[in-house]
Amino acid sequence: MLRTLILRVENRPGALARITGLFSARGINIESLTVARTEDPTLSHMTIVVDLDDVALEKLVKLLDRLVDVVTVTVVDTREAVERELLLLKVRQEPGQKLELLKEAELFRARVVDVAPHSYVLEVTGDEDKLEAFIRVFEKYGILEVVRSGKVALARG
Amino acid sequence: MKMKGTEIFVECLRREGVDVVFGHPGGAILPIYDQLYDAEIRHILMRHEQAAAHAADGYARASGRVGVAMATSGPGATNLVTGIASAFMDSVPMVVFTGQVPSTLIGTDAFQEADVVGITRPCTKHNYLVLRTEDLARTIREAFYLARMGRPGPVLVDLPKDIQLSECEFDYPREVHLRGYRPVLEGDREAIRQAAVAIVEAERPVIYAGGGVIASEGAEELRRLAEMGRIPVATTLMGLGGFPTEHPLSLGMLGMHGSWYANTAISRCDLLIALGVRFDDRVTGKLSEFAPTARKIHVDIDPAEINKNVRVDIPIVGDVRRVLSVLNAEVEGLLGAPPAAAWAQKRQRWLAQIAEWKRTYPFRYEYDDRVIKPQWVIEEIARITQGEAILTTDVGQHQMWAAQYYRFKHPRTWITSGGLGAMGFGLPAAIGAWFARQDRPVIAICGDGSFQMTMQELAVVAEHRIPVKVVILNNFFLGMVRQWQQIFYNGRYAASDLRVSPDYAKIAEAYGLRGHTVRRPEELVGLLEETLLASEPVILDVQVAAEENVYPMVPPGAAITEMILGPLETTAVADSKESIA
Repeated sequence: MLRTLILRVENRPGALARITGLFSARGINIESLTVARTEDPTLSHMTIVVDLDDVALEKLVKLLDRLVDVVTVTVVDTREAVERELLLLKVRQEPGQKLELLKEAELFRARVVDVAPHSYVLEVTGDEDKLEAFIRVFEKYGILEVVRSGKVALARG
Repeated sequence: MKMKGTEIFVECLRREGVDVVFGHPGGAILPIYDQLYDAEIRHILMRHEQAAAHAADGYARASGRVGVAMATSGPGATNLVTGIASAFMDSVPMVVFTGQVPSTLIGTDAFQEADVVGITRPCTKHNYLVLRTEDLARTIREAFYLARMGRPGPVLVDLPKDIQLSECEFDYPREVHLRGYRPVLEGDREAIRQAAVAIVEAERPVIYAGGGVIASEGAEELRRLAEMGRIPVATTLMGLGGFPTEHPLSLGMLGMHGSWYANTAISRCDLLIALGVRFDDRVTGKLSEFAPTARKIHVDIDPAEINKNVRVDIPIVGDVRRVLSVLNAEVEGLLGAPPAAAWAQKRQRWLAQIAEWKRTYPFRYEYDDRVIKPQWVIEEIARITQGEAILTTDVGQHQMWAAQYYRFKHPRTWITSGGLGAMGFGLPAAIGAWFARQDRPVIAICGDGSFQMTMQELAVVAEHRIPVKVVILNNFFLGMVRQWQQIFYNGRYAASDLRVSPDYAKIAEAYGLRGHTVRRPEELVGLLEETLLASEPVILDVQVAAEENVYPMVPPGAAITEMILGPLETTAVADSKESIA
């Protein structure tokens, strides 16, 4: 089951390696990972998505919490946190499909951020479900490339 | 006041109360060595960096203070890694300093460059690469704080050469602020109260005590709990010395080579009181059959150890000594002093059962008057020292025999590489232990295989005339490897034969030390007494029965009650099957 971890960590060299080292040493794959600094420049905010059961997750959280560089670690689910991901999608643009394609992009509040003779790059943000739906809808046009930022999450309230 | 990095280094160590460091110099750390040349801090030149780390470990464990090791960049640092990893597994407070190439050269594959913070990241509690001299004092302060606070462990500080040489204002932080590190020392009162009730209500409780008892200086409190609650105590390899072997409530060591009665008591208990332990696989054997019928209390300072291998009923995060002192008061409150007669009687049945097991199935071996049995050597060491010596060991059969047959009396007198199992630990750890505590004799019990891994440290023994005694239980084999090959690999002794070995007495002589070889049983007692009572270092090569095995033995992955027994025990168990049932 996919789980989202939110960490506040010291913004300094080695912190990321220390954290990811805990995962790799135990053979746990990271599904997605984002890191950036926060309102406090000495702190980074990290959102990590992993596929783990409850027991393995509990152990992992304790190990993360044990790290000196990790200030806080919390496990959140979609009800407790706002989760967003940015997706860029390069799609084939055949003559005659342009209007329909743009209309469908509009439905997702996606923006065209690059126009080339035979392709568009669309930008869209949203949660997991929305991005999956977006990809499904655009498959019929011929997807050339998709890149996702990985999820960022912020606890509600 | 402006100070050079090297001056800051020495001043910080002085303020941390460091009196001795164990190390080996090299190019990238020469500025610090030059500073140490005039400093009051004593530097002990080890002959290999691995030994420097083990010596710092031995120093830390014998004294309870933070041990310090240092080495140069690259190979100096990589040689330290085994010793750091061992200290990490055994939660030993240690600060390790390594030289690094100048910061401008980092990442250029410079001469003797290695990514030391990268290499040691998974085997240190924390580590630092110092990139500004201004950060040096705070970093050293934090390193010592982290090494000793909470669950102790090794902390490494990597020091580029230019950082050692530049100057800045010296500012020694009075306090350490680490927002990501806040160990919980005091246990939760409600959980402790529940534990006390469980202890008083239990019919067949057992204490399972580990290294946390020793690290927290909790041996007195453990003894009080055991005596007040009339609870038998099994210790782990790391916990030996935390409870006196000869105490009537002692079950000795449990686990893979634990006593029959400790393993059996654990398996039959209705309450397991785990104190400063981590349910290691060498202790538990098959997890599902470890104390299967027991409620479990687990006290540990590291929350990550709770429910790691075994789900427990009453977890208590905190320092073992502090938790025990509260718990003892609670138990005393519930029991009344003296406890009610009815309660004492209930507990008596369990203790009588255990006493009978102890009588019927002690550790035992067949004495032989033609060949020296290694177990006998340990028994004689125990007799001569009366349990007052500090013992260090290497890793293997001799280590297990020492754990089984020595009569431990005091905490911090048993120093062994428990978790990592690093061969070559014994001699350097003994050197470190002697620098920590010169009020007790220090004996390194070594295997012939292990001794050869760090025997160059005899030079350090000779240089400082350190009166350590080295007793090599020499079976001309990698004994534990051979034992596994005999039992699990059809006796195919692949690469475990050490028939071609040096004459250890001559090795001793080569270093200007006294060395003796003991070959026959009738020579042993005299030479052992002479060795252990000597005021100078002595190396004793005791040639023991070559194919003796350590029993009992729990095969890896089996339940701890599925013990392979030695010839004598097998008979004893067969004789009294009824009483087991």
